[in-house]
Amino acid sequence: MATVFGIPLAVLFGQVLIGLINGAFYAILSLGLAVIFGLLNIINFAHGALYMAGAFTAWILLNHAGIGFWGALVLAPLIVGLAGVVIERLLLSRIYRLDHLYGLLLTFGLALMITGLFRVGFGSSGLPYPAPAELSGGTNLGFMFLPNYRGFVVAASILVCLGTWFVIERTRIGAYLRAATEDPDLVQTFGINVPLLITLTYAAGVALAAFAGVLAAPIYSVNPGMGQDLIIVVFAVVVIGSMGSIAGAVVTGFALGVVEGLAKVAWPEASSTVIFVIMAVVLLLKPQGLFGKVS
Amino acid sequence: MLDASAAKTADVGAAPFLAVQGLEAWYGESHVLHGIDFEIRRGEVVTLLGRNGAGKSTTLKSIIGLMRSRKGSIRFEDRETISLSSRAIARSGIAFVPEHRGIFSKLTVEENLMLPPVIGRGGMSVDEIHKLFPNLRERARSGGTNLSGGEQQMLAIARVLRTGARLILLDEPTEGLAPVIVQQIGATIRRLKAEGYTVLLVEQNFRFAAGLADRHYVVEEGRVIDMIPNSDVDANIDKLHAYLGV
Repeated sequence: MATVFGIPLAVLFGQVLIGLINGAFYAILSLGLAVIFGLLNIINFAHGALYMAGAFTAWILLNHAGIGFWGALVLAPLIVGLAGVVIERLLLSRIYRLDHLYGLLLTFGLALMITGLFRVGFGSSGLPYPAPAELSGGTNLGFMFLPNYRGFVVAASILVCLGTWFVIERTRIGAYLRAATEDPDLVQTFGINVPLLITLTYAAGVALAAFAGVLAAPIYSVNPGMGQDLIIVVFAVVVIGSMGSIAGAVVTGFALGVVEGLAKVAWPEASSTVIFVIMAVVLLLKPQGLFGKVS
Repeated sequence: MLDASAAKTADVGAAPFLAVQGLEAWYGESHVLHGIDFEIRRGEVVTLLGRNGAGKSTTLKSIIGLMRSRKGSIRFEDRETISLSSRAIARSGIAFVPEHRGIFSKLTVEENLMLPPVIGRGGMSVDEIHKLFPNLRERARSGGTNLSGGEQQMLAIARVLRTGARLILLDEPTEGLAPVIVQQIGATIRRLKAEGYTVLLVEQNFRFAAGLADRHYVVEEGRVIDMIPNSDVDANIDKLHAYLGV
């Protein structure tokens, strides 16, 4: 068996794959955070909780409505996105003119409440969620064995990230969004409905989180704490890639997932801290983030 | 393009196109407009003159609805707009070209141009705009703020001409631009007037304004203190110099 630095290639590729899968979740979640922060100026601490809510929505749809994975992949983001509309209209819209800190406290409180509600309803232990039958089994790529569902997760998240990028960078509504990020008052003087744009942006951002939650359900167990574990790393990803940068969020998400995966082989003890070490180094050398522009 | 002659005959004896009465506005606690009164008839080019900080730009921002704290009366086409949002005011047919032009750096020139939605009939087509400002076609793919200051000003004016708005608020369009560009902007405003647009212009550059406008209102400390028709400017030149401190 071929080896690199004494590590069997199959193990190495296996870790790269695990890294890509984690990276896929980092990318989708930090993308949503970046889009929300760009327009709303709110650091959405509830993002992890809404990702978890997406996974639970899939579980509930399956166990109480008989709707399987594919239906959930469409419905859960819509349902959680609708919850996002309520959160934005009812709560966030009241604090835009206040300091960042209020948004952070509000969404942090929301995260605790949402997580608490699911804990009361479903307990803390994980619930199983089956991968769709169409994607069971795996494919032998010659150099490694690729479970089909995991390959699908990586492909689906790349597609979703590209789709989001396309909407923001290449469409009329994306131009409204970019312009409103720069000067919402001026955009309003053209007769564009900026409050509606803000509501839709928040809804789309949390719908992305829910989409990631549904993708995660068959891989990780569905449990109320699943978002908390992930969101801390995602915030580090967002800081490294630079707050508010779309491309930065996606590229950094996948790259750091792979770095983390490789660290598990090279130096397992460091794998859980490597992202934070990178964050510290980036903040020291390039405080605006890897993809940030000096303002 | 549009019926300029119809627009000109329509104003005889009719209500003013825009009538501002007793307009007051605040920035937080600070009271900056103390009762602005003036009117514009359809098809006119009218300027607000005055020293720095007199309240000219604040008046434009109040008309377009950007001053959150404002009272008094602003009637546009006989409809009260003082309590409307800037979005609703824009939809009623007023376009705003802000000081410093407001070109978006994250948008290309073309995206900047296409950004404001069409709100009424009679707006210029993109082809007509490109004929008026050929540079904007050549640089369509550049970032908006990669244009020169003069080109950015052209873009800021061009993008509201697409929308079908009939009243254009122009805030210091010549600020910081070279004389040759200032001439081009003057020619553009004359062209707009010929096409039947109504323009409310805020200017520091009095000589520029005198070459374009039908009438001048003088603003001082948040009030309109005088109105001088352009034909009387020469007779009143000493008084104007005293107002403007030049």
